[in-house]
Amino acid sequence: MTAEILEIDVVDRAIIAATQGGLPLVPRPYDAIGDGVGLSGAEVRARMQEMLKSGIIRRIGAVPNHYKLGFSANGMTVWDVADEQISDLGKKVGALEFVSHCYHRPRHAPHWPYNMFAMVHGKNREEVESHAQEIAKILGSAVKGSDIIYSKRILKKTGLRISV
Amino acid sequence: MNLNNPQALDQHDKDIINALQGGFPVCERPYLEAAKKLGLSEDDLIKRIEALLNSGALSRFGPLINAERMGGGLTLAALAVNEDDFDRVAELVNAHPQVAHNYEREHEYNMWFVIATETPEQVEQIIKKIELETGLQVLNVPKLEEFFIGLRFDL
Repeated sequence: MTAEILEIDVVDRAIIAATQGGLPLVPRPYDAIGDGVGLSGAEVRARMQEMLKSGIIRRIGAVPNHYKLGFSANGMTVWDVADEQISDLGKKVGALEFVSHCYHRPRHAPHWPYNMFAMVHGKNREEVESHAQEIAKILGSAVKGSDIIYSKRILKKTGLRISV
Repeated sequence: MNLNNPQALDQHDKDIINALQGGFPVCERPYLEAAKKLGLSEDDLIKRIEALLNSGALSRFGPLINAERMGGGLTLAALAVNEDDFDRVAELVNAHPQVAHNYEREHEYNMWFVIATETPEQVEQIIKKIELETGLQVLNVPKLEEFFIGLRFDL
């Protein structure tokens, strides 16, 4: 299910590139972005509103660092869910408050049987495991197998880089 | 502020983190508008966000971009790496600027990374390169459907 790809012009691209490091921490941040790309603050705001509407910008705000906030157990829970039920069940799992991301991804039989990924955060592994049990309950008999893959170490985290 | 101690955040900090995970205003003085709702001054909100970023409690403050909507390519990939060879392979994988995140995980597939490229075709090229460089087969699991990307991370 590929999302619709939208045309994005050089001006939008420049605005996105200018906010890669984050929104300027000044009283008029959109004016500050405008100064950098040769637009007025009002023009920057109008374009960002449009990009929010079209979904190019998912949202504007704070991205918490789970590890630093005491949610140090991060379990990527993976599930082998019946294909015909994954869309309905995935929506239920994705709506759980302790699930930060939930995706349908392809299996690669025989070494990778799992087709649903749900990222679960907890203060410790016991908490992650009890969350995983709640997911298992929702999936019920539609699930054939599962695993919890804990993170051990961040090897790289640079985020997305957009060039102009 | 003690970075590893969540208790070091006061109630205002927690309110900021809980309330501002999305929906930050797009207006002339957005910090002022957001600050009013949180019972803070504009200046205090800006300083607190800055401190939360510096301490690492927030990894980012700003717009989150949907790269695929811009025509880019994105996938999650994994490698099953021999422990003795792990650091060398991590270095090879991380050397690609298109590798945005990379995590060591406890599983036979012990290296999981996100590849983000300017065009969808480049994803396959990067995977081929990584396979050639490391001599390992990449598990490529691009998303087929997204159920939800949570906003409600509550402290």
